[in-house]
Amino acid sequence: MLLTLRRAVIATALLWLILGLGFTFLMVGLGQLFFPSQANGSVVTLNGQAVADRHVGQYFGQSLQYFWGRPSATVSLTTGKPEPYNALNSGPSNLGPTNETLIKDIQSRVHVYLQTTPGLKASQIPLSLVESSGSGLDPDISVQSALIQVPRVAKYTGLSSAELRHLVRSEVLPPALGIFGVSRINVVLLNLALYQRIHPQAKIH
Amino acid sequence: MSVSTLATWAVVIGGLLLLCKPMGMYLYRVFTFQPTLLDRPLRPVENLIFRFLHVSRDTTMNAVEYGLAFVMTNMVWGIMAYVLLRFQGLLPFNPEHFHDLSAGLSFNTAASFVTNTNWQAYSGENTMSYFSQFGVLQFLQFVTPASGAAVGLAFIRGLSGRKLGNFFVDLTLVLTRVLLPLAVIFGLIFIALGVPDTLAPYLHLHTLAGQTQVVPRGPIAGWEAIEHLGQNGGGFTNANSASPLENPSALTNILQSIAMGLVPVSFFYLFGLFTGKKRLAWTLIAVAGTLYLTMLAMIYFPEVAGNPIVNAVGLHGHANMVGKEIRLGMGGTSIFETSTMAFTTGSVAAAQDSFLPIPGLAFFLGMFLNMVFGGKGVGLLNMLMFVILTIFLMGLMVGRTPEFLGKKIEAKEVSLTALAFLLHPLLILVGSALAVATPAGMAGVFNPGPHGLSEILYGFTSGAANNGSAMGGLAASLPFYEVSIGTVVIIARYASIMAMLLVGESLLYKKAVPQTSGTMRTDTPLFWGILLGSIVILNALTFFPVMALGPIAEHYLLLAHHLFA
Repeated sequence: MLLTLRRAVIATALLWLILGLGFTFLMVGLGQLFFPSQANGSVVTLNGQAVADRHVGQYFGQSLQYFWGRPSATVSLTTGKPEPYNALNSGPSNLGPTNETLIKDIQSRVHVYLQTTPGLKASQIPLSLVESSGSGLDPDISVQSALIQVPRVAKYTGLSSAELRHLVRSEVLPPALGIFGVSRINVVLLNLALYQRIHPQAKIH
Repeated sequence: MSVSTLATWAVVIGGLLLLCKPMGMYLYRVFTFQPTLLDRPLRPVENLIFRFLHVSRDTTMNAVEYGLAFVMTNMVWGIMAYVLLRFQGLLPFNPEHFHDLSAGLSFNTAASFVTNTNWQAYSGENTMSYFSQFGVLQFLQFVTPASGAAVGLAFIRGLSGRKLGNFFVDLTLVLTRVLLPLAVIFGLIFIALGVPDTLAPYLHLHTLAGQTQVVPRGPIAGWEAIEHLGQNGGGFTNANSASPLENPSALTNILQSIAMGLVPVSFFYLFGLFTGKKRLAWTLIAVAGTLYLTMLAMIYFPEVAGNPIVNAVGLHGHANMVGKEIRLGMGGTSIFETSTMAFTTGSVAAAQDSFLPIPGLAFFLGMFLNMVFGGKGVGLLNMLMFVILTIFLMGLMVGRTPEFLGKKIEAKEVSLTALAFLLHPLLILVGSALAVATPAGMAGVFNPGPHGLSEILYGFTSGAANNGSAMGGLAASLPFYEVSIGTVVIIARYASIMAMLLVGESLLYKKAVPQTSGTMRTDTPLFWGILLGSIVILNALTFFPVMALGPIAEHYLLLAHHLFA
């Protein structure tokens, strides 16, 4: 009994050195050596300043001149109030399919799109654009979701609808290896491209 | 169904089917101590460990010694985890200056990670220091599945008429020969595909919209590798594999789904190699595979058809995207969710709480059965538990003494097996009843109506099945749930494993009876049907009433467009 306990403690200590410390430092080291950009968070810079993690969505809902991402249900850590795209507190809405709040939220988001977008019909709005994501940090929207926002973005940026549609099409991310997953638009990257269109001297890396 | 969905499913399912044979053969060589390619670099390290422990590869333990070594080692890990989490603030690698964890949360987290459940009553990115993440939780995600696999190995050895082996030798070899090499390979691929792996502090970004966004980083890629290879399922962040930090693309999603199933499916084939009954192994793989495909269909098709109440709003498209991520697609999300519930991983690529009722039922099915391949070793134990029960029931029907692998199944084995089987519903139903009957339990419910009952049931089922996923609405950090689910995970893990270990040993010391024309064959399509039927009937009898009150009631209310406020 006591011998078993001693073995358990020794095994734990030795395995911890290999798996707790060794494995972690090995992976960090290999990552920094071979894939430093990805390992450090796939940072995108604007004029030399870190502006985005290319995989993590950002909140644009207060700016009419930008394309909007999916609704995010994340909340503030301190107040518990809604704080969309709070990467420090990832998570979904957890609303069940028969929860009245789910339907009310969807209807109010549809209302906002109809109010702000000239000529938009409800039947054109993709469901995914008004349903909140699993992480609250989804960077992507469907291609249709970007295209229906073009009239609003055109109105508030002064760019032509044709130019914006062209911009959206040039930002389509194809399925991985051409077949896995779906064609989609990364909203952060699309808005950065839009920013560059308006500020041609901006340097984005 | 789209080409993308079919391709995604084909790669995951085809990959697992193709890999289970070579992987099973490799495991067989390692655990019968035959030479393999990794001997040269790893043997010296292992020998050093064995020298410190005063054990050698050829020593063996009996079932009680093996079980005791398993339980005591787990206990040491549990105490270590509790203490390190309690004093997190004093320890290094804490760039975000997170504080000590409370006693309740430390207990719940230690219990859940030591039992390979990985139920999380906290959000990693705003609670755990890097040290707690890699030095405590990631370490446990290596060793606890390895200890479960060791017990599975001992059981297989017993059934195949060999000595059980030495727990410490098995534990070490599962880690050095299986989990560590695989974790390095998968971890590197995850980094290449965009998962961060660094010890640098969180990223502070000045966004285009003029706000500040703080994006967590950390040693995430290595964590993701072992999280899935070990069927652990504890997420680095709260959103787990729904988060783009942990699962940034359709490819990482496919690889995580494969990583979860790789070793559990191989364990079924390994069982065939040890017992010399490969056809039996394929029969069991076919039974689990049938259930896997059933769950996949139950999750995919209703989600694509969508929520009828939402679809009545009249927008574009119909699939239910609440709590899901665009980049993974419905095909990728559904195969990930099927895998995580089948292999009892418990990581999630979408919000469990926001799935429709029939997919919810599939989640419950995976956790009730706990042997749709299940966790490595442990899932096979559960499958063999059902095999023994089925053979016993068949024996009763035809009036013969039941036999399995040439050994008579008698009162002792059947009693122990029945005990292991009944423990599962006992923990789930009593735990849930307690929660429903007390204000402390009801206070944790988030969604109204039958969905709220599902949340409670899901919590206790996830704990009892050592799965660890949650319908996230349930307030798991309430003291009531921290303590009750923390207790359930411990009883569920150790009691059932001990019972099955004793069954294995009892069969080992029985005299073999010769196979005759009257022996019931266990490697035929007929047995596939009988086993599948018994599994479905036994579990339906146990769980149908409570499912009728939860997901099934919700399904019909949803069809009637009934909303709850």
